[in-house]
Amino acid sequence: MELKNCRMAYGEALKKLGEENRNVVVLEADLGNSTMSKLFGAEFPERYFQMGIAEQNMLSTAAGLAFAGKIPFVNSFAVFSTGRPYDQIRSSICIPEANVKICGSSAGLSDYGDGKTHQSIDDIAIMQVLPHMTVLSPVDAVETEKMVKAAAELAGPCYIRVNRNDIPVLTEPSEEYHIGKMSVMREGTDLVIFATGYMVYQSLEAAKILEKKGIRAKVVNVSTIKPLDAEKVRELAKGMKAVVTVEEHSVFGGLGAAIQKAMAKGPLPAELIGVEDRFGTSAENYELMLQEYGLTPEDIARRAAGLVQ
Amino acid sequence: MSCSSEKIRELKRRAADIREDIVEMIPAGKVGHLGGSSSIADVTAALYFGKMKVFRDPKDPRRDRLIFSKGHAVLAQYACLAELGYFSKEEFKNVKTLHGLLQGHPDVSIPGIEAVTGSLGQGLSVSLGMALGCRLDDPDVRVYCVLGDGELAEGQVWEAAMAAPNFKAENLCAIIDRNGIQATDATEKIFPIRDLKAKWESFGWHVIEIDGHDMEAILDALDEAETVKGKPTMILAKTIKGKGFDFAEGTARYHNAAMTEEEYAQAKELIRKMKEGV
Repeated sequence: MELKNCRMAYGEALKKLGEENRNVVVLEADLGNSTMSKLFGAEFPERYFQMGIAEQNMLSTAAGLAFAGKIPFVNSFAVFSTGRPYDQIRSSICIPEANVKICGSSAGLSDYGDGKTHQSIDDIAIMQVLPHMTVLSPVDAVETEKMVKAAAELAGPCYIRVNRNDIPVLTEPSEEYHIGKMSVMREGTDLVIFATGYMVYQSLEAAKILEKKGIRAKVVNVSTIKPLDAEKVRELAKGMKAVVTVEEHSVFGGLGAAIQKAMAKGPLPAELIGVEDRFGTSAENYELMLQEYGLTPEDIARRAAGLVQ
Repeated sequence: MSCSSEKIRELKRRAADIREDIVEMIPAGKVGHLGGSSSIADVTAALYFGKMKVFRDPKDPRRDRLIFSKGHAVLAQYACLAELGYFSKEEFKNVKTLHGLLQGHPDVSIPGIEAVTGSLGQGLSVSLGMALGCRLDDPDVRVYCVLGDGELAEGQVWEAAMAAPNFKAENLCAIIDRNGIQATDATEKIFPIRDLKAKWESFGWHVIEIDGHDMEAILDALDEAETVKGKPTMILAKTIKGKGFDFAEGTARYHNAAMTEEEYAQAKELIRKMKEGV
């Protein structure tokens, strides 16, 4: 399977966007080499603002740029672009619906080595709780690229959660992409797994394990977490025996919570798979990290099977 | 002196009008930010009616921008925006009411309000972004930002203080309403600011110190700011909290409070005299 890096795709997409739209401006906080926003900076230095390690100022400055008619993309690690400047996003950006795009790079546990301070297990929660905020979580590099373009076309605040590592490409460049649309990656009749980001791949692998046990799992890529198409969620869950959600994020306030809210009218046995109310940790590699947090295909399969067997 | 005495008189009258409108917005029994709104009334009058490029259309792209980072003083701005015809003075009585146009703090749904502020410490950063954004399209647009002195305790202010000179944001002019009193006590008791001029100069700003109630000095400072190249300007405006209302002057008590019937009557009388004096 082809592996591709999401943040590289993000940086390339940003650069392309810069060519197409001169109102696109980019801000970064001394992590441009990691977020790959530097690719834009190399091409358009006059529209690239190095804001230093001062994220609060960066987010409010982005609001000001938006009010001046620009389309700012703000870049840092997910922890530093959401939690650190939370009130700036809330007050300077979301209340006035400023047209600011926030990139949360190295999201989830994908920055496996750096430990709990650098691993975002709460970013979806604190972004989706904000009125007017759109929350996106791409499944792969191809979707990341389409998402950047779509985010620029969307009027209003938008958060994009980007994985740090080389991950499998699951979608085609030719596939149409729309914010708000979820896609079935694998059909199944026993249970449905709603997953986001890299966890879609993990869930597809889990589905293979489940199949051997005679359980047919449907896997859905939820790359728009907010706004969530609740009707579609219920439709996809119809006739199923159970619902599973998988995310590289706390089980509190993330995708699981959003799906559960959508399902409130017709509850099914459910498992919310994610980070169980704890922070991250340092690990030698991403694989080990995901094992530690129970986010491997085997974990997903075991818990999903538990619901229907 | 850059301005005719006629213009100075007009602006002093405008400032008295602003104070009159503030009192109308928060009559006896209605809680509001009298202290910080009246300390900045003279500067606000000078900006909207003496300095800034303003147009009939509050969204005209050529306009200069004014952001109150100390959003709680927005009553002074409401007075001016109504005067500019952006909404009716009828709205004054509905300040801070359900479905009323005029919110308790600045909101972009209000014509002429450029940003959302109120959570202190963010306005200078927003103003910087606006200055940088406007500069890409029209270098003649100037962005003004009013900060409170209590607000300077917010770390974000100093992030913006460092950032703006780095971008040579010469189209940005900030004004600190240095009234020396914050919500509950004197700034120097709560969180001493010490030498503000030295601080801002060392951060790379052009700094001008003035009496924030001396209309001529205010205008001169704003003119000077416009001539500064390669760096932003900070005007330190020494003011009196509650200026114009002797019962409220120099005290934290009217930071956000309601006047009694007696005080309200007294305030109206003071405004009458203020106008006579101009």
